[in-house]
Parts: sequence; structure tokens; C-alpha cells
Amino acid sequence: MTTTLQLLTEHPFLTGLPPRWIDRLAGSVRRIGYPAGHRIFHEGAPAEHFWLIHSGRVALDIHVPGRGDVLIETLLPGTVLGWSWLFPPYRWHFGAVAADLTHTVQFDAAGVIQLCDDDPEFGFVLMHRFMGVLIDRLQATRVRLLDLYSYPKVDS
Amino acid sequence: MTTVPSMAPSMAPSMAPSMAPSMAPSMAPSMVPQPYQVTARHEECPDTVTLALVPLREQIPTPRPGQFSMVYAFGVGEVPISVSGRVGTTGLLHTLRAVGAVTRALHAARPGDVLGLRGPFGTGWAVPAPERADLVIVAGGIGLAPLRPVIYHALGERGRYRSVTVLIGARSPADLLFTGEYARWTAGGIDVRVTVDRAHSGWTGHVGLVTTLFTGVVTDPGRTVAFTCGPEVMMRLSARDLADRGVPPTAIQLSLERNMRCGIALCGHCQLGPVLVCRDGPVIDYDRGEPLLSVREL
Repeated sequence: MTTTLQLLTEHPFLTGLPPRWIDRLAGSVRRIGYPAGHRIFHEGAPAEHFWLIHSGRVALDIHVPGRGDVLIETLLPGTVLGWSWLFPPYRWHFGAVAADLTHTVQFDAAGVIQLCDDDPEFGFVLMHRFMGVLIDRLQATRVRLLDLYSYPKVDS
Repeated sequence: MTTVPSMAPSMAPSMAPSMAPSMAPSMAPSMVPQPYQVTARHEECPDTVTLALVPLREQIPTPRPGQFSMVYAFGVGEVPISVSGRVGTTGLLHTLRAVGAVTRALHAARPGDVLGLRGPFGTGWAVPAPERADLVIVAGGIGLAPLRPVIYHALGERGRYRSVTVLIGARSPADLLFTGEYARWTAGGIDVRVTVDRAHSGWTGHVGLVTTLFTGVVTDPGRTVAFTCGPEVMMRLSARDLADRGVPPTAIQLSLERNMRCGIALCGHCQLGPVLVCRDGPVIDYDRGEPLLSVREL
């Protein structure tokens, strides 16, 4: 069986981090599997964790009156779920539901922030990685705003 | 390759990339549309149809995957349409979206109607790819249509390749093409992954850019051969992502789209930098295509 340490080392988000930092992170985690349909968190609830997704799929959604829970994006294995714990107001901006049976490693946000405070070099590297994730998602969202698949009129 | 008797040997599609201006006299036959009858019409989604066209007289040479035809709606005009498959030994499938006067007329065609066909034109996808290659086929929107012949090729020669992955992006679930075939492709040993930009409440699939599906697809960049077709921004992002994962730019092929008129590199409407897309494209590798993707419209 794969150990938690192996899971952390092999996850793309943490790839290349020195083992001593992985060891430290391992103190703030637990492995959690979610059955399909399980709501991991609700929009507006306190953001106290983040997750590395190892298998399965997580759907981010937002409740729209009259339309129900509207699916915004799905996250696949190898990605990170949750960054609202990083910045005020520390509440989830969207909801998250396991779209399939999903295996994750859950991090305790307070514990990770404490690790960052204790070792600013570690904190910088971790925040740098989160910024990479945020920028990727921002760019992807911008591209989706282009509505690329609406075809230009070419013959008139 | 089927050759139409009346067509000069030098017009064989395989020669298209090397057609030089000096060939002008022998190009005359390909400027004459051959009458093809619509024998079937399938609505893929509200604005997109696949037409089965069968020759009434002479057939145009058999296209290679990735080549296109000039399809003529008599009395309205002519547009380039990629070949999305074949019907029997002589017929062709063309999948098109109604976006303007000509394509609206083609979209409205019904079985029994007669359309004109010239071609095939342009370069094709580089298939068969090397043995034991990992094929990655990235399609956005109607870009799946010109890639379908590559998928059919991969299905037919699945044992030739180590892996075959098809990544499909569309605006919404309602805009996905050929959905009735995905199960057959999967059963044939192809890893089919689908994503949409916007989902309705009943959608249980993936939502996000097509590049988000790349995770785990490129396991050995050196043996990966990629084919991408769709909106240019999507192709640019996909090709860049694949290159960042180590796939050689010469192994990433994309299908350019420009305003093609003559199909034989005479009129210049499809010029893109130093390239005439109808002759030197539409399929081009990323090594050559990367700088072209940033060329602004003329």
C-alpha cells in the first residue's frame, strides 16, 4: 500500500520539494476518500483545509437561485483543491462535490500556515506553488471567457 | 489513392504541397466542381450537420485524413470543408457548421440535393505515425471533424500504437460532435476524454479547458505524436502545453484555418505569413506553425 509520504512526494504539486519539507507537511495531513456525490464543502463555509487530489474528480459549483448548483469547473487527479484558506475572509467562494469516488490527502490549513511562519523559505516556496495553481486557473478562466468555440462568421 | 481519369496525374493530392505556379495549366480540372448528391444528412447539433456526398459522375481523388474539399452550394458560393469520413468506396462525409451564407445553404441541403465538390486539397495529418507511438488527438469544437479520420485510422490500426488518447473540448454538452461514437472508440482501445466550457445541470462530465485534460496523457514525450484542431487560441495553448511537457514541436501537428478560396494556391486569400494555407496547410507542424499562430489577420 502506498504510504502517505509516497503520495505526497509523487503528487505534481509537491514534486521536487526537499524531503525534509515533505516530512513536515506530512504532520498536517490525513488521507480521505469521498464517495461520488459527497459534498466536501459548501460555499461560504469556513475554509480550513486544502486537498491534493490523487484519484477521482471534484466538481466546483455555486448555487444560483432558480438554477440550482451550477457546475463551474471540475478538478482532476494531480491538482489542488482549495485556496480560500490563504486569504481573508477564509471562507469558500465555491462549493465542492466529489464527482466520482475521489481519493485525497487533506491538509490542515492552520498547521500549514504555522509551518510557513516557522520557516519563511518553506513558506515562500509553498506560496509560490499555490500562485502557480492560481495563475493557471485564472488564465484558464480568462480563455473560457473568450467563448472560443463560438465560430467567427467567415462567409457572408 | 483513387485517381479521376480526367484529372492530370500531377494533380494527385500527394503532390499538393509541392504545387508550383508553373503548374497553372494543369490546375484547370480542379477548378471545376464535380456534382455530388447528398444521400444522408445527420444533425450533430443545432447548427452543425454531417452530409454524406456521393458522386453523380466523376469522383474526386480519395482524400487523406486532414485534407479538405471545396464544397459548392450552387448559386450561393463555395467554402472549404474538411473531410470527416467516407461513405462506401466513393462517397465522402463533410461536417460543417452554419456560420454564413454559404454554410447556411449547405446546412440546409437535404438528401437528393446536388452540391459541387473540388479537391481534395492541402496537406493531411501524418498518419500512419511511427509504430509504438503514443497518439494524442486534441479537438476543439468542430475541430473534431477533420480529426475523425485520424481516429478511424487509429481504431483500424490500434495495435500499431502504444496508446491513443482523444481529448475533446466543446462549448457545452449540446455542442459536442459525434457523441454516438465515443463508446465505440473507447471499446476500440482509445482513451476518450471530454470537457466543456459550460455545463447544464444534468452534466456529470468534466468542465474546463481542454488543456486541463492533459494530465497523465504525455508519459513519454519522445514517442508522443499529437494532432490538434480547433480554434486557434485553443491550438496555441494545446501545442504550447504539449511542448512544455517535452513533446518535440515537429511531432505536434495543427490544422490552420484561413479564408481559402481557390484551393490551389493561386488567389492568395489564405496567405498566412509565407504560407498559403490551402497548399502548404491546413496541417502543419508546430515547429513551423508556432510563429504563424501569432500572425495577425491581413
